[in-house]
Amino acid sequence: MDNVSELLHGFTIAVTVPHLALMAVGVLLGILVGVLPGLGAPNGVSLLLPLTFGMQPVSAIILLSSMYWGALFGGSVTSILFNIPGEPSSVATTFDGYPMARDGRPTTALATAFGSAAFGALVGVILITFLASWVAQVALAFGPAEYFAVYFLAFASFVGMGGAAPIKTVVALAIGFAIAAIGIDTVSGSVRLTMGVDELVKGVNFVVAVMGLFGIGELLVAVEEEFHARAVSSKIEWREVFRAIGRLPRHGVALLRSAAIGCWMGITPGGPTAASFMSYGIARRFSRRGRYFGTGEVEGIISPETADHAAGTSALLPMLALGIPGSATAAVMMGGLMIWGLNPGPMLFVDQKDFVWGLIASMYVGNIVAVVLVLLTVPVFAALMRIPFVVIAPLIVIICVVGAYSVSNSYLDVVMMLGFGVVGYLFKKLFYPLAPLVLAIVIGDKAEDAFRQSMLMSKGSLSIFFANRLVTCLVVSGIALLLLPLVLQLARPFRKSTAGETSAQEKVII
Amino acid sequence: MRGTSVFLLSASVAVFAASAPACAAWQPQKPIEFVATAGPGGGTDNMARAVQNIITKYKLTDQPVVVVNKGGGSGAEGYVYGKASAGDPYKVIFGTSNAWQQPLVSKVAFNYTDLTPIAAMAQDEFLLWVKQDAPYKTAGDYLKAAASGEFKMGGAQSKDTDEVLTRMIEKTGNVKLTYIPFKSGAEAAVQLAGGHLDSHVNNPSESLGQWRGSTQRPLCVFSPKRLPAGPKITATEGWSDIPTCTEQGLDIKQYEQPRTVWLPGKVTPEQAAYYVDLMKKVQATPEWKDYIEKSSQIDTFLTGADFDKFIKEDLERVRQVASEQGWLVK
Repeated sequence: MDNVSELLHGFTIAVTVPHLALMAVGVLLGILVGVLPGLGAPNGVSLLLPLTFGMQPVSAIILLSSMYWGALFGGSVTSILFNIPGEPSSVATTFDGYPMARDGRPTTALATAFGSAAFGALVGVILITFLASWVAQVALAFGPAEYFAVYFLAFASFVGMGGAAPIKTVVALAIGFAIAAIGIDTVSGSVRLTMGVDELVKGVNFVVAVMGLFGIGELLVAVEEEFHARAVSSKIEWREVFRAIGRLPRHGVALLRSAAIGCWMGITPGGPTAASFMSYGIARRFSRRGRYFGTGEVEGIISPETADHAAGTSALLPMLALGIPGSATAAVMMGGLMIWGLNPGPMLFVDQKDFVWGLIASMYVGNIVAVVLVLLTVPVFAALMRIPFVVIAPLIVIICVVGAYSVSNSYLDVVMMLGFGVVGYLFKKLFYPLAPLVLAIVIGDKAEDAFRQSMLMSKGSLSIFFANRLVTCLVVSGIALLLLPLVLQLARPFRKSTAGETSAQEKVII
Repeated sequence: MRGTSVFLLSASVAVFAASAPACAAWQPQKPIEFVATAGPGGGTDNMARAVQNIITKYKLTDQPVVVVNKGGGSGAEGYVYGKASAGDPYKVIFGTSNAWQQPLVSKVAFNYTDLTPIAAMAQDEFLLWVKQDAPYKTAGDYLKAAASGEFKMGGAQSKDTDEVLTRMIEKTGNVKLTYIPFKSGAEAAVQLAGGHLDSHVNNPSESLGQWRGSTQRPLCVFSPKRLPAGPKITATEGWSDIPTCTEQGLDIKQYEQPRTVWLPGKVTPEQAAYYVDLMKKVQATPEWKDYIEKSSQIDTFLTGADFDKFIKEDLERVRQVASEQGWLVK
């Protein structure tokens, strides 16, 4: 096994005192930017980038990637505690993480999230270690038609599995697609749906939409419903951290399934966001307690977190091997690679063995450092939940306003964020699901581009989606997932129907 | 080695000291914002950050310089921001030729005349790339094969530089190509490596890794003469070994994309002069040479009347292609 000896060589580079120190610094800074309002992993990494110009490339990438791990963990903290996802990929974590934290179990929620995230990352790195060359080839097989098929699969897995009435899911998706269409269209180059507002040419940023929909929307609902009883008297218990971690193996099936989904979506360029949504949707369908999803289920946290980190980690491989950045952060790191004089591409693995394997080894060590550091901080973050609502509510507003403004220093974004808050509130009150809306905002324009590129290639024929085994397989499973609820509904009269089910379902709409 | 860099440093300091009185007229009094009309990691962003680093390293100004990315709408976000900041000399906009090309073909709320041109500082070249194992060795072979009308050409954005060049190739080579727009040249490069496209017209830096990794190779460069000699990229070839397209019977003499620097409109001539001078100083540093070489661009410095002339010529060329294709916005 060539790869194993390369990896061992990598460890000799990664496990040195200066590099371990860099990892700790990177992870701590990462947690900080992940938790702080308005700073996300991409901003944090760009801020740190100039500092790395004087470093050895391998030290530089260790610092930056550790920061990335830290920020991913930190992003889950705000998703769980305040319902404000910092990255698109941690949106699905809010669905069960936030209800669980609100129910007085923030420690359990955080520890579960971190534990499963670490597991996902580990599976991702192992995959990279052993399948580096194969994985790079898989990504190459993806043309526009295959891209579209993957996005279609992500949408289908969610539509078919949502708890809301299918028609409401479709409405939410449609609104999301419309929002994603705002700005310049890649395929025609024309400006769409800016409604006379010049600045809208940039499109609607995900962070702006999500902070409003989740942060402000949830706040409005909370103000109306539970203004008086908000302070959660959770005991800070160290033992609970370990107990939550100890309970993880019981959900082995969910962990493995989510890791597999994550790795698959990371290698195929579906990315962490699609992975976490898909994993959540599928867990909801196949878990025995699926109908309680959305009320603070453990597997509802495990599934998206594991898939997110498995995908995030394995997505670094296409970046290194092919120069396709899987996320904004990866794009910044790629800019860094070029400035350090390295060119991402297949030759990186041949020319720069020290760099590549040093980085891969550091992913093992860095994730361990990250999970240890982040678990140590759990009680501190969980204590935030004990702050009464009257104090926390204005803080959330400040976080959302500052966060929206700092996306591109624009007041318009703040106004839009508040507008999205109202939309989020209305969605909740009218039992429309938010998740399909967010999914469509995040990957709607990518799906559209891929579809239209495929149409250009095939000169308008849909046969391109059945042109080879890979794409046919993806499209067929997408259609199957889409039709699943319909089939089940048709089959329902033959089974005993329960009257209470519908109302129970309405409660868990997310 | 250390001796050389110290020497270079002191030499450049001396140069700056000598030119200092020239810019005494106006000095920035607060932090300067560099607006990159591209997302993090893009070519324009890399340039803005390279300039920022050089300014910081040599302390070319007392004021801090921050880079912000406004790459939404193929860069329109940054230009619209520049237009809205009229009269503010603390916003420096970094872009490309899309400052004047974009308003021609889409209804964006700015035109290059809303901005104050400072300089064009680097020229990115365009090459015709094909998959490594493609049967054709020259642009002539490529055109013959493309006569079938089934060829797919990838590129960054729609109705932008890449598509304009594609349409010029169609016209000059008398072929029909299906142009497929992607978000960036890097995406098109990956698609070519996977065999989903037949060719693209990326800049050198966008496909350098793939060429070195033997997944694709350049047929020819759209330049009047061959690129300057540099280190070898593959085992046998470097940039200077690539023939020009004209040599190979694809008669497009020159096509390049300048990296441009702008101030918002309505700034004073003194303020504009300050930044022209600042950029000149940046260009004199070894770090700038390094940046140019690593990104495989051509060093250039156009300002004032030269820059104006360049814009006018380029605009005319693009307008011609755009009107033939029916792209012009009414």
